[in-house]
Amino acid sequence: MEATYIKRKKDGRIHIKSGNKGDRVLRSTLVVLTLLTFVAFLFFNYAGLELRSAITETAYNLKVMFLEPALSHFSLSEAIYQVGVTLSLAFLATAIGAVIAFFLSLMAATNLAPVGLTRIIRVFVAFIRAVPTVLWVLIFAIAAGLGSEAAVLGMLFHSIAYLVKAFSEAFEEVDKGILEAVRSTGGNWWHVVKSGVLPSTFTYLLSWVFLRFEINFGVAVAMGAAAGAGGIGFDLFMASSFYFDMREVGFITYAILIVAFLLEVVSTRLKKRFFPATSD
Amino acid sequence: MNEKKMRKNRWQTVIFLLIIIVLTYLSAAITSFNFVDGLATIPKAIGWMFSNLMVTQETLDKLPTILEKLAETTFMSIAATTIAAVVSLFLGVFGSKVTKVNNFLSVFARFIASISRNIPVVAWALVLLISFGQNSVTGFLALFVGTVGFLTRAFIESIDEASQSSVEALTATGSTYFQIVGKAVIPQSLPQMISWVLFMVETNIRNATLVGILTGTGIGYTFDMYYKMLNYNAVALVTLCIVITVIVVDLMSNYVRKVIL
Repeated sequence: MEATYIKRKKDGRIHIKSGNKGDRVLRSTLVVLTLLTFVAFLFFNYAGLELRSAITETAYNLKVMFLEPALSHFSLSEAIYQVGVTLSLAFLATAIGAVIAFFLSLMAATNLAPVGLTRIIRVFVAFIRAVPTVLWVLIFAIAAGLGSEAAVLGMLFHSIAYLVKAFSEAFEEVDKGILEAVRSTGGNWWHVVKSGVLPSTFTYLLSWVFLRFEINFGVAVAMGAAAGAGGIGFDLFMASSFYFDMREVGFITYAILIVAFLLEVVSTRLKKRFFPATSD
Repeated sequence: MNEKKMRKNRWQTVIFLLIIIVLTYLSAAITSFNFVDGLATIPKAIGWMFSNLMVTQETLDKLPTILEKLAETTFMSIAATTIAAVVSLFLGVFGSKVTKVNNFLSVFARFIASISRNIPVVAWALVLLISFGQNSVTGFLALFVGTVGFLTRAFIESIDEASQSSVEALTATGSTYFQIVGKAVIPQSLPQMISWVLFMVETNIRNATLVGILTGTGIGYTFDMYYKMLNYNAVALVTLCIVITVIVVDLMSNYVRKVIL
């Protein structure tokens, strides 16, 4: 009979865990991330930083922002209008993006399209996603001129890339039997999509779109500030970088916070209704 | 499905589509967005990109400067994410229903997460810029605050999902709170958490570019500088470098995710 081999430590204790690949990778990921973090602080550029005064000043600014919000350079109705502009930019990018992404992701799902085509679209989409949205907006701004067109197009590119990934993964999870059933009755490709794929994924797609809308609202604020695309983000940029008016910054932050909060509540509701398993 | 229900469903779809169309027109009106102009811009912009966004020999001389800034931005995003992950780990443990210490701490953790997540990174960057000035620390802190909110929410969800029964089992054996958290909760949800951290590193590299444009640091500042100098070849090179970095990080984190999950 063969002797059973037991892995022991140096002092004779038995190894409780026998390490596997997953464990090793997990541990080395943790170590690498920790090391990189320590190295990072050596790479930082500390030009003109006075930590102590900066912290007290920021604490003071935050106090003024959150406790004494007020408007001084524009009126309340103007502020509401600007929030509306930001929401509209986000809505346009999401709505148009969702429609285009739907058709593209049909071509990117391996169970609905030839493999060559899905590869091309996936690489293309991965490239678009890797470029930050603000760079897209700025690049479009040169061709289209600064304005809502550049902002919407730039955000649109990114939304499409994001949604194609989510949608095509959802399509690939559709039960094979359903597709086969439609095909066996003589349904063509479009029939398969319309009566096989769409009904079983529709609510799922809808909540992805809404999630993207939530993200796009934040992006639209950022585009206003960084690319001058208008809306509440631009006002935020002006208030903090030109007027140094912390009260106004506070007011604008509250306005953004309220909208973002409402969107989050709606999206949690949607999630709870459509995929109860993932909500708490 | 009977006829009545089918008809009702069809009406619901029609109404839903109508609402979307009306909202789209409304948004277009508010932002004075012109569909035709927008569509016409796409080929124009793509043509422009191909003729102007070319990396030339000359711009390659700038590569060392660009790479240095890129490294600064990458390190900044990694540091912000890991340190935020440590803070979020505590907030997540306090916030989760399974492992909360008391109701007050739980609500407090969720409140912090909600606030820091819903205020966009831009706002944090702009506020911090005023007193911290143009340096990496501003960008680091802005990314840090945004990441804490996101990761805390993700961690709460992974803890809730992973550890219900093992916590019950350990409680039954009379384990202390620290034993439960250390032996059951964290080991079980660690792969999920690492996966979220890696996702956030990738997102933060992209966000760091935006923060950089606003705060004048790292690769974002380099991009903005060349953009304003109308040096589009250098702009192309910067963009290309960012794309390669993001894709490399994405590939690495996908590999890790595949092995650990």
